[in-house]
Amino acid sequence: MKFQVDSSPHLAPVNDVGHVMRQVLLALLPGIAVATWYFGWGVLINLWLATLLAVAFEAGVLALRRRPIRPVIGDWSAVVTAWLLVLALPPLAPWWLLTIGVFFAIVVAKQLYGGLGYNPFNPAMIGYVVLLISFPAAMTNWVAPTTIADVHLGLLDSLRVTFTGALPAGIGWDAITTATPLDAVRSGLRQGETISEIQNSIAFGLLAGEGWEWMALAFAAGGLWMLRRGIIDWRTPTAVLGTLAALSAVFWLVDAEHYASPIQHLLGGGAMLGAFFIATDPVSGSTTPTGRLIFGAGVGLLTFVIRSWGGYPDAIAFAVLLMNMAAPTIDAYTRPRVYGEDSRP
Amino acid sequence: MSMKRLGRFHGGLHLDDHKAESTGEPIRTLPPGNRFVLPLHQHIGHDAEPVVQPGDRVGKGQLIAAPHGELSAAIHAPTSGVVTAIEDRPVPHPSGLPARCIVIDADGEDRWAEGLPAPVADYRRLDKPALVARIRDAGIVGLGGAAFPTDAKLRIDKNSIETLVVNGAECEPWISCDDMLMREQADEIVSGIAVLQHLLGPRETLIGIEDNKPAAIDAMRRALAAARLDDTEVVVIPTLYPSGGEKQLIKILTDKEVPSGGLPLHIGIICQSVGTVHAVHKAVIEGEPLIERVVTITGDGVRQPRNFRVRLGTLISEAVEAAGGYAPDVVELLMGGPMMGVALPSDELPLIKASNCVLASTPANLRRHHDAHPCIRCGECMKVCPAQLLPQQLFWYSRAKDYDKAEAHHLFDCIECGCCDYVCPSHIPLVQFYRHAKGEIRQLRREKEKADRARIRHQLREERLAREKAEREARLAAKKAALEKKKAARAAAGDNEDDPKKAAIAAALERARARKAELAKQKNEAS
Ligand code: SF4
Ligand code: SF4
Repeated sequence: MKFQVDSSPHLAPVNDVGHVMRQVLLALLPGIAVATWYFGWGVLINLWLATLLAVAFEAGVLALRRRPIRPVIGDWSAVVTAWLLVLALPPLAPWWLLTIGVFFAIVVAKQLYGGLGYNPFNPAMIGYVVLLISFPAAMTNWVAPTTIADVHLGLLDSLRVTFTGALPAGIGWDAITTATPLDAVRSGLRQGETISEIQNSIAFGLLAGEGWEWMALAFAAGGLWMLRRGIIDWRTPTAVLGTLAALSAVFWLVDAEHYASPIQHLLGGGAMLGAFFIATDPVSGSTTPTGRLIFGAGVGLLTFVIRSWGGYPDAIAFAVLLMNMAAPTIDAYTRPRVYGEDSRP
Repeated sequence: MSMKRLGRFHGGLHLDDHKAESTGEPIRTLPPGNRFVLPLHQHIGHDAEPVVQPGDRVGKGQLIAAPHGELSAAIHAPTSGVVTAIEDRPVPHPSGLPARCIVIDADGEDRWAEGLPAPVADYRRLDKPALVARIRDAGIVGLGGAAFPTDAKLRIDKNSIETLVVNGAECEPWISCDDMLMREQADEIVSGIAVLQHLLGPRETLIGIEDNKPAAIDAMRRALAAARLDDTEVVVIPTLYPSGGEKQLIKILTDKEVPSGGLPLHIGIICQSVGTVHAVHKAVIEGEPLIERVVTITGDGVRQPRNFRVRLGTLISEAVEAAGGYAPDVVELLMGGPMMGVALPSDELPLIKASNCVLASTPANLRRHHDAHPCIRCGECMKVCPAQLLPQQLFWYSRAKDYDKAEAHHLFDCIECGCCDYVCPSHIPLVQFYRHAKGEIRQLRREKEKADRARIRHQLREERLAREKAEREARLAAKKAALEKKKAARAAAGDNEDDPKKAAIAAALERARARKAELAKQKNEAS
């Protein structure tokens, strides 16, 4: 009798990229739910639009590169990129802003480098930074949390804002937007206010920002779930958050009126999303165990430095991209000891 | 029963063990068939050399091919019959190339050959060389799959061994031949261990068995207690693939690591599988050469999975027949387990010394290697690698043919266990890349060695020629110098009167002239 031959191992695999990516999307759901609760329909509209755009761009580029489309779309990585980008953008971002962001993320940062696995930078963060630098005004139009805003936009109004930029009659942008907590801290300090004065505003909620704190906790919950399932490694998020917390604690203990507290740093911005979902991107991050600690610590350090003394209120994106550049070098110097290496008889 | 503190190797996989399929029934002895095919290369090292001719009658257990060189193994007739051919035949080897085999047609009598070694009641009366010779003459090789000639491992100084490790881990799914052997023939295994202890004098002997084999553990413990061997213990280890890998088992049992590129011997350890130890008992105590072994015939592609005691050289098709034949949708046939086994193109191939398992699979349990995605650098592969390598980097370097980097990342410490490959979410055939890269590097090394040798030969030749030329010239120069010296000496002496040689010559010439004149005178007078 004749048989087919293949090389070992012969066991059917248990894992696949699509499965991993779908779990990442699942882990984002609690954060998305909280974001939608506090910031309105815009979040869902953006997610939906960005997903369509990402898949369309990816399919388009693959068609141009004459590559099979189905298996690549089937790995869900474009959707993950789209969602991460959206969660970093203002909830009522106009359609063209999304389109440009997704274009840079998927077409430039991912496919032009050769597709998933070959991109040296985190695609979502490239998209975000391009927008932040090119359209700073549009990027700071953050929606005020529904719990403290006077005006609430419904689904149709939100759709109209996204696609036409037109607000309902009689409502100005001022009525529905506000500074993000980290932005408020930054501009407050610039104007000579102390941290306690700044944080007296109701926009700071219980801990670090109305709505923001719960969003951060929800992302953290999703992240912990990924940790439990072994989808991400504990080292990167631990190092990011640990470094950020430690540094901010030192400065805050020395001068609590001019430096934000660790709680503010951890829960008031993109730290949780960044630590669990962005810095853990395997493709653009470090892969060795020690390397992941160094990579994460670098992200935490740069985030703190840029937030405290740099030109932007939040800094996860820059920190991640800078560390992406260092990742290959970090990997090269942190190769783990091999079994039997240097073991003496 | 002491509680030993176990070491732990990095990574590894929890796999469905699928042992129950083939362990429900005892080992069945397969009666010898009609035809046997015995490859001359069933072990690591040199081919054995045939000592029979086509047409020869052979008895069961008769030597038919002798070991050739230090690293080689003898081969014996598995039954009585007639040698019908010595020719190239397909063999169960990854290369798929045919190799030299001795073919024997059985006469059905299954009659032992004359003059086989007599059973030995007390092995302690045999000295070490005699014991090792008995093992070598029996053709014993590592039966766990590696097929390294056992006698070559034993030719070492007594007392250089700290620990004798007996490998009963059998970590790969589906395979159960060692499990069944331990259950049914623990006494003989323990007797083999005693022989090895006598030979090696280890300080301790550790028998490692995975905790998914409670019956085997019991049987071995009972046999050990009955035999009262000192410093010998069964160590139950957690079930984790690949705990039966030599280096991994050593790490678990002793918490020591075999040096990279080195041998267990370098840290005072010798490792033998329970099957090998059993064969040692057979050879030394019973005087039987290695002509049979236990093979697991299993998988969802056979109807009645089971273990069989088969004569070496039996065709796989016959063994599968005995296991109820194939399931209708069988597509793949492996020799070995699903993680490290070799896929066979056909079942008309012989079972050989290294054949621990034949695994027939339907598509349900099989992977297909053609749906690979790009590497996403997730590091899953690294997490499970028992050699603590960076499989991902090895993959990039192997694929880019950057072999220096691959070697610098310890490509040759990869044991090809397949863990990385199995967990890779991108389904990259990693092991295939490593195997290919290793093959290429070995090939390059061989070529370089050849080129080096050729270059050295050329260099030596050039040097020799130059040396010879120089010597010739020196000789000529010396001769010339000597002549010159003589001439000069002559000139210095002015006259040659006092040169005795010259004077002698002159005298001789004078005598010749005189004699000539005399002769001429005589001639004239006569005429
Ligand atoms: S498991 Fe596969 S995809 Fe992940 S790093 Fe290793 S080779 Fe790359
Ligand atoms: S096949 Fe090699 S690289 Fe892969 S896990 Fe096993 S030892 Fe590590």
